[in-house]
Amino acid sequence: MTLDIRDLVVEHRSPGRPVVRAVAGASLTVSPGEVVGLVGESGCGKSTLARAVCGLNPVTEGSIAFEGRPVSPLGLRRRRETGIQMVFQDPYASLNPRRRVGDQIADGLRTARDTSATPADLLERVGLPRDFADRHPHEFSGGQRQRIAIARALAARPRLLIGDEPISALDASAQAQVATLMRDLAVDAGAGLLFISHDLSVVRLIADRIAVMYLGKIVEVGDTAEVWADPRHPYTRALLRAIPRPDGMGVLPAELPGDVPDPANPPGGCRFHPRCPLVMDVCRDKEPDFGPVACWLHEPDHATE
Amino acid sequence: MTSRSALDISGLKVSIGGREILRGVDLSLAEGRVHGLAGESGSGKTMTGLAVLGLLPHGARATGRVALGDRDLLALPPKELNRVRGGEVAMVFQDPATSLHPMLTVGRQLTEHMRHHLGVNKAEARARAIELLAKVRIPGAEEAYGRFPHQFSGGMRQRVAIAVALACSPKVLIADEPTTALDVTVQAGVLRLLRGLCDELGLAVLLVTHDLGVMSAIADEVSVMREGLVVETGPRGRVLREPAHPYTRSLLASLPDALPDSPPDSPPDSLRDSLPGALPDSLPDSLPDSLPDSPPDLPPDSPPGETV
Repeated sequence: MTLDIRDLVVEHRSPGRPVVRAVAGASLTVSPGEVVGLVGESGCGKSTLARAVCGLNPVTEGSIAFEGRPVSPLGLRRRRETGIQMVFQDPYASLNPRRRVGDQIADGLRTARDTSATPADLLERVGLPRDFADRHPHEFSGGQRQRIAIARALAARPRLLIGDEPISALDASAQAQVATLMRDLAVDAGAGLLFISHDLSVVRLIADRIAVMYLGKIVEVGDTAEVWADPRHPYTRALLRAIPRPDGMGVLPAELPGDVPDPANPPGGCRFHPRCPLVMDVCRDKEPDFGPVACWLHEPDHATE
Repeated sequence: MTSRSALDISGLKVSIGGREILRGVDLSLAEGRVHGLAGESGSGKTMTGLAVLGLLPHGARATGRVALGDRDLLALPPKELNRVRGGEVAMVFQDPATSLHPMLTVGRQLTEHMRHHLGVNKAEARARAIELLAKVRIPGAEEAYGRFPHQFSGGMRQRVAIAVALACSPKVLIADEPTTALDVTVQAGVLRLLRGLCDELGLAVLLVTHDLGVMSAIADEVSVMREGLVVETGPRGRVLREPAHPYTRSLLASLPDALPDSPPDSPPDSLRDSLPGALPDSLPDSLPDSLPDSPPDLPPDSPPGETV
């Protein structure tokens, strides 16, 4: 197992404010060569989860193991473990504007003690001309910059690649291409890929498994094709039905009424119950803390008391 | 189409510093209809919306005709244009977090508008503002009137921005990527609202978006822009299901829903070469036909290093 997250809790504390449990007991695994898509609305805790995996957010409870060893918090000191690499949302901010693209990719190569590959080779792998290495980030479009960021991440030869909304800042026409590129490169290298996005239609295209997150909890995990064809959690169904399809039919997407509740003050019982169209009495009292579908409608047999 | 025309754009050209951003755009908006304007970033779709309102960046020159009734908005003196802007023609922007004033209450932003354009008194403006907040389906409209933008969620903020745009009963609403910053579940609600308002109030809406799904959901007509020109216009169903222009086809083919079925050796960008007109002077952003087939093997254990 490349990544094993167990009952992860991450809290944000700020003075004078209530503690926010951004991740409230989430478990997820990523195997080598596997692409796992993590989806959910903004504020559901998916980015916090990704940052915790990289050691950018401290773990409050639970554990994150990378290849069997716990992930240590990232500090100012040089990190020993570089098997996890992250591609961030905004390539305008994640690349250093004052350094040449090639130099930034060379950092990654040095990290991996890789003398066989050059920055130009990596640019080629992400579908860019080799001579881009001598240029600066501002000379490129968003899609090209994100490819450069991917090249830099890959240069360190990660065994786990994390994309935190890596395509949401890109043009619609570049989104699917960049997502597919990330998948292909990660899978070819035998690395796991945790791909975070709010765009289910792109996740569907590249992920082997989909995990759906709602208010700090993973509410459904499953094989991509199965989740897409037969979503079981009412929240997953609502997410899928809300995607407008470019079929020219003029069909208004289904609306999920209500807003995501305040994570500092989550509703009791099932966290989705105030918005759930299928809410039952049990949902208001008891939190469904089982998988793969955390919903009282899909309680596994052995979970009944 | 029997509905009356509300805004006619013809031969609209915009140039900035000698570079032509719009190269002769023709569009027409009709009452009670949503006209979708699609295209990639840099195609000029946002610039078209801004040109209608005379909100072009400093140093930009616009020629052509933007006819609102018998007036040409491009030829109006600034004072009169100010009266049209926010009055007969209103705009909703992509990010409600930046388009609303953070330090003024929602009520103030709604009523200031009305008092300026309609000359109504304070009490009337307040009553109308609360009515509008209810119309865009903000729960507890009365209470919402006194709140600040940051006290609303993203979706609710966009509803407030729409209410502000509607404050002076515009005939034309220009919505520039109104749902792009929102989650799909929230987007669905805002799209329903826009469509409903358009039908109910007979608004002519110019919906600028890169999202063809959004387009398909609420637009009646669709125009596709590329490099400052409208390359295809037609009824939504025809343009999205039987696109005539290769660029429209390439846009549709680049969508995730279409990708698995499209032949692997025809990435969207390859179609560009076959198009008439100048190629973009930006750099190519396409996948190579094939990636190197043997990536280097990973070492079993990673040596120490310095990046995350």
